[in-house]
Amino acid sequence: MLEQLISLAWIIAKILIIVLPLLGVVAYLTMAERKVIAYMQYRVGVNRVGIRGIGQPIADAMKLIFKEIIIPKASNRYLFILAPILAMTPALVAWSVVPFDDGWVLANVNAGVLFIFAMTSIGIYGIICAGWGSNSKYAFFSAMRVAAQMVSYEIAMGFALVGVLIAAGSMNFTDIVHAQSGSVLHWYWLPLLPLFVVYWVSGLAETNRAPFDVAEGESEIVAGFHVEYSGMTFAMFFLAEYANMILISSLAVLMFLGGWLSPFQGIPLLESTFNWVPGIVWFAAKASLFLYLYLWIRATFPRYRYDQIMRLGWKVLIPVTLVWIFVVALAVQFHLPPWFA
Amino acid sequence: MSNIQNYTLNFGPQHPAAHGVLRLVLELDGEVILRADPHIGLLHRATEKLAESKPYNQSIGYMDRLDYVSMMCNEHAYVLAIEKLLGITAPVRAQYIRVLFDEMTRIMNHLLWLGAHAIDIGAMTVFLYCFREREDLMDCYEAVSGARMHATYYRPGGVYRDLPDQMPKYKATQWRSDDEIKERNQDRHGSLLDFIWAFTERFPKFVDEYETLLTDNRIWKQRTVDIGVVSPEQALALGFTGPMLRGSGVEWDLRKKQPYEVYDQIDFKIPIGKNGDCYDRYLVRVEEMRQSNEIMRQCIRWLKNNAGPVIHPDHKITPPSREEMKEDMESMIHHFKLFTEGYSVPAGEAYAAVEHPKGEFGVYMISDGANKPYRVKIRAAGFSHLAALDSMVRGHMIADMVAVLSSQDIVFGEIDR
Repeated sequence: MLEQLISLAWIIAKILIIVLPLLGVVAYLTMAERKVIAYMQYRVGVNRVGIRGIGQPIADAMKLIFKEIIIPKASNRYLFILAPILAMTPALVAWSVVPFDDGWVLANVNAGVLFIFAMTSIGIYGIICAGWGSNSKYAFFSAMRVAAQMVSYEIAMGFALVGVLIAAGSMNFTDIVHAQSGSVLHWYWLPLLPLFVVYWVSGLAETNRAPFDVAEGESEIVAGFHVEYSGMTFAMFFLAEYANMILISSLAVLMFLGGWLSPFQGIPLLESTFNWVPGIVWFAAKASLFLYLYLWIRATFPRYRYDQIMRLGWKVLIPVTLVWIFVVALAVQFHLPPWFA
Repeated sequence: MSNIQNYTLNFGPQHPAAHGVLRLVLELDGEVILRADPHIGLLHRATEKLAESKPYNQSIGYMDRLDYVSMMCNEHAYVLAIEKLLGITAPVRAQYIRVLFDEMTRIMNHLLWLGAHAIDIGAMTVFLYCFREREDLMDCYEAVSGARMHATYYRPGGVYRDLPDQMPKYKATQWRSDDEIKERNQDRHGSLLDFIWAFTERFPKFVDEYETLLTDNRIWKQRTVDIGVVSPEQALALGFTGPMLRGSGVEWDLRKKQPYEVYDQIDFKIPIGKNGDCYDRYLVRVEEMRQSNEIMRQCIRWLKNNAGPVIHPDHKITPPSREEMKEDMESMIHHFKLFTEGYSVPAGEAYAAVEHPKGEFGVYMISDGANKPYRVKIRAAGFSHLAALDSMVRGHMIADMVAVLSSQDIVFGEIDR
C-alpha cells in the first residue's frame, strides 16, 4: 500500500516537474514572440512591465485570470466550457512520452509516436467543440476550416512520421534518438530531408500558425473559434496553442535533429570539449531554433486561403511523403551507409 | 432530406477587415459568396450640407476629413472649384507646391493602402514598414501646416504659406541617447525641401523592400492573381477611376488627360495593368509610388531654383500679410472682412476634379453670388468602387472578398461623406 502511494506521489512529482516549467516556457514564448516579431518590424515590443518587459507574461496571466468568463446565452454551455479543457489537456498529456535527455522521460512507452499522434488529434476536438458550442457564425466557419485542415494535414504528418519509424525501426522516442547517434550527418534531417520539410510544414498547419492560421484568420473570421471566449477560457486555448508549438518543435528535434545528442558528436576535439554540456541543453537549444522559425515565418508570409491549404496538403505534401517513404524503405532494406548500415 | 439554405453573414461594421465602418451582408454557400450587399452611411457627417452654411474658406478643413488618408488631394479639388468660379489661378510656385504635396499625399495614401492590403491578406510586417516611411511624410505635412493629418494648407489662390526654411528637429530627452537623436536629425539640418529630397533618395529602396516581401511571394500571388477580375469594359461601365481603372488596363489619368496645375510640364508615366485582378491593382499602385517619387523630385528641383509668391495677391480673397496690416488701413479692412464675412463668389457653377490617389475626386459647386456655396456635391472615387463590390466578389470565397475589398482602397470618410 505504502509503496503504491510513494510511487503515485513520485509520478505526480514528475508530472509537476514537467508541467510547471512547460507553462513557464509557454508564458515566455508569448513574450519572445512579441519581442522577436517587434524587432523584425522596427518596433521595440513589450518593455513596460518590469525590467525590459520581463514581467509582461505574468501581467497578462493575471489580467486573464481576473476577467469575467462570459458564456453567451445562445451557446451550448457544456460544450462551451468543455472545449478549452479538451484543447488544453491533450497538449499537456502529450509531453508524458517526450524524452528530454537520455532516460528523462515520464513514460518510456514503446508506441510513443502513436501516442503523441493520438493526443494531438484529440486537441482538434476542443476547437471543433468551441466552434460549434459558441453558436456564432464566425466560430462555426473556423470549426469547419479546422476540421478540414486537420484531416488533410494529419495524413501528411503521419506519413512523414512513418518514414522516421521505418528509418529507426522503433516507435519509442528514446530509441529513435539513439538510432541517430554518430554525428550531425547521422541525424535524420539529411536522409529524410523531404519528410523533415513536410513534417515542419504540417506542424505549422497542425498548430494553426501563420501562414496556415485560417482557423483564426483575423481579417476574415475575426478570431475564429475563440471569438466568443474571454478570460481564462480564452487563455486555455492560448496556452494549448503555444504548448502545441513547443511540442511540435520538440518532436522535430527528437525525430530529425538527434534529440539531446550533442551537435559536436564525432568531431575529435570539439566533442570532448563540450562533453560536460547536459543533453537537455542541446535539446532546448534545438527546440528554440524551431520556435524561432515559427515566429520568423509568422512575420514574413501572407496567409493562405483555406482551399489553397487543402491543395498544398493533398497535392504536394502527401505525394512527396509517399515517394520518400518508398525511398527510405529501399535504403533501409539495402542498408545504405552511413545511416542504415 | 432537409432543404439546404444559404448562410447570411453580417460582415462588419465591427470587423477588423471592414476598413472603417462597412457593413457588408454576405449571402454564402459554404464559404462561397453568392451575394455581397454593402451598407453605407455609418460615417455620414453631412459634409456637403455643412459646407452650405459656412463661408467658403471654412470648409477646407472639412475636406481633409473626407478621405482621411489623402488629405491635401481632397482640399485640392475643393479649392480648384472655388478658383474656377472666381476665375483666378494660383501663382506658379504655389502650383508646384500643390503638385509636390499631391504626390506626397499619393505616396502616403498608397503606403497606408499597401499596409492594410497586406495585413488583410495576412502579411503583417509590411504594415509596420509602410508606417515607418509614412511618418516622415507626416512630418512634412506638419512642417508646412502645423498638423500631421488635417492640414488645411491649400487655399483658393495658392497655399497658405511658403515652404519653411528649416525642418523641426528632435530634441534630446531622457529616453533617447544623443546618438539616436543625431541619427534622427540627420536629414533635418536643411530646409523642408532638403528633407523631402533625402526622402525621395531613400524611398525607392524601401519600395524594393516591400516588393521583396510581396511581389514574387507565391502565397501573395495565389491570394491575389485572378481574384476580383474586372474587364476594361466593365471597369468603365461601373464608373471606376484611378488605380482601379488603370489596373484593368484602361489608360486614364486626369493628370495626363486633363492636366491641372503644372502636371503638363512634368515628366512621368502612368502604369496600367493587364488582367484587372487584385495583383495588377497592387502592381499599379506600387509603380505609382515610384512615379510619384519622381514627380516630387522634379518639383523639388524647380522649387529650389524659383522663388516667388505662393498665394494670389488679391486681398479680397487671400489674407494680407501681418506686417501690412499694422501699417495699412486697407489691409486691416481686408483682413477683418475676410475673416468674418469671407468673400463672395460670382454666381455660377463649376466642377473641378483631381486625380486623387483613389481615383477621380471631384467637387461640383453652385454659387448664388453669396459668401457661402449654394450647393456642394462631392464625387468620391470609392463610392462607385464599393458599389461594384458585389459583382467583383460573386463566386469567390470569404478570404478573397477581404482581398478584393482592400484592393479597392476603400475609405469610409469619403464614401459616407
